[in-house]
Amino acid sequence: MTATLKQATGPQYTRILSFGAARGENAVPNDDLIGPIDSSDEWIRQRTGIITRVRANKETDAVDLASVAGAEAIEKSGIPASDIDLVIVATISNPRQSPSVSAIVADRVGANPAAAYDMNAACAGYSYAIAQADALIRSGAAHYALVIGAEKLSDVIDPTDRSISFLLGDGAGAAVVGPSETPGIAPAVWGSDGSKSEVVAINGTLTQFRDGEVPWPTLRQEGPAVFRWAVWEMAKVAREALEVAGIEAADLAAFIPHQANMRIIDEFAKQLKLPETTVIARDIETTGNTSAASIPLASHRLMAEHPELSGGLALQIGFGAGLVFAAQVVVLP
Amino acid sequence: MAFTNDEVLAGLSELITDETGIDGSEVALEKSFTDDLDIDSISMMTIVVNAEEKFGVTIPDDEVKNLKTVGDAVNFIVAGQA
Repeated sequence: MTATLKQATGPQYTRILSFGAARGENAVPNDDLIGPIDSSDEWIRQRTGIITRVRANKETDAVDLASVAGAEAIEKSGIPASDIDLVIVATISNPRQSPSVSAIVADRVGANPAAAYDMNAACAGYSYAIAQADALIRSGAAHYALVIGAEKLSDVIDPTDRSISFLLGDGAGAAVVGPSETPGIAPAVWGSDGSKSEVVAINGTLTQFRDGEVPWPTLRQEGPAVFRWAVWEMAKVAREALEVAGIEAADLAAFIPHQANMRIIDEFAKQLKLPETTVIARDIETTGNTSAASIPLASHRLMAEHPELSGGLALQIGFGAGLVFAAQVVVLP
Repeated sequence: MAFTNDEVLAGLSELITDETGIDGSEVALEKSFTDDLDIDSISMMTIVVNAEEKFGVTIPDDEVKNLKTVGDAVNFIVAGQA
């Protein structure tokens, strides 16, 4: 007779316990970027809402940024680093594909030998990783998870590009996820549309670069097409996320969208008909677009500036290259 | 019921005013969205999406870049109703 296997089960609920953040060391104002794109401070502000963006020193990499953000999140969580048994790093910009960012970060923050892996869901990466951490803890596969979005996008920009480069910044944002007595992370509404894979993408491969066929590959986008998708398609996803969470827009203490562009954030908020009481994250103004790091960085800033939001509901939604998207409602720590 | 050219122009003019604050009297068939009305690509896309809803037509991303003038947009929308 075949022996019966044991299968793990976990706690019924999870929540975000804390946030951590690391921003590139240098504030880069619009005036520093306008020469090669024949533009102006006003042109950039009007189209993006960005005044300055943060960029890291040459010797600072995504692993460094992720380690700093991760260490802060662990410290604020009150959970010993040795209790973290899962580390997920969402990133698209680490120029060294192997080893993973996550394994090194797990070791640096004191969580060795946690399960650790990187994931590529671009600007939706953090929301994807929160969904995974929630699922893996509730299944019993992990107990405490460190989720990080980390990017050094200044390594994949072209100063002469007028489509996206001038929006981008460097940083890492982190969250610790753990078991909860009450519901703290609602189901994710997530998905992809690979038929639009070229509207925002790196414009070449490393082998093409090696063979001299293309210059150093950098990020590009078809701005207007991305704008339409990011506002009107993502508004549907956001409304679905509210529905599966069993709440309404009026219940939201905060709205924390991917910090892609202020114009997207403004139009998105309009489409969702958010009440005036909902605080909208606008970290992009001084941080820029940091892809996978933008939602946790914006969350970190929001909690620092509005500590009264603690315990309130926040809708977070990531969307970007793939195309991929993920939205969920969370209880703010 | 199909919209006439004049109705589409009037409706489009309202959408342009709502998005940009440009006075409706400045919106005319021969005006270029970028050169004459100074409408950037993001505002253009907002107007396009609102026009789709208002007139019940579909304006694909690839088509938007061909709509150089207000007249181009009116013609596309009127033809698109068929």
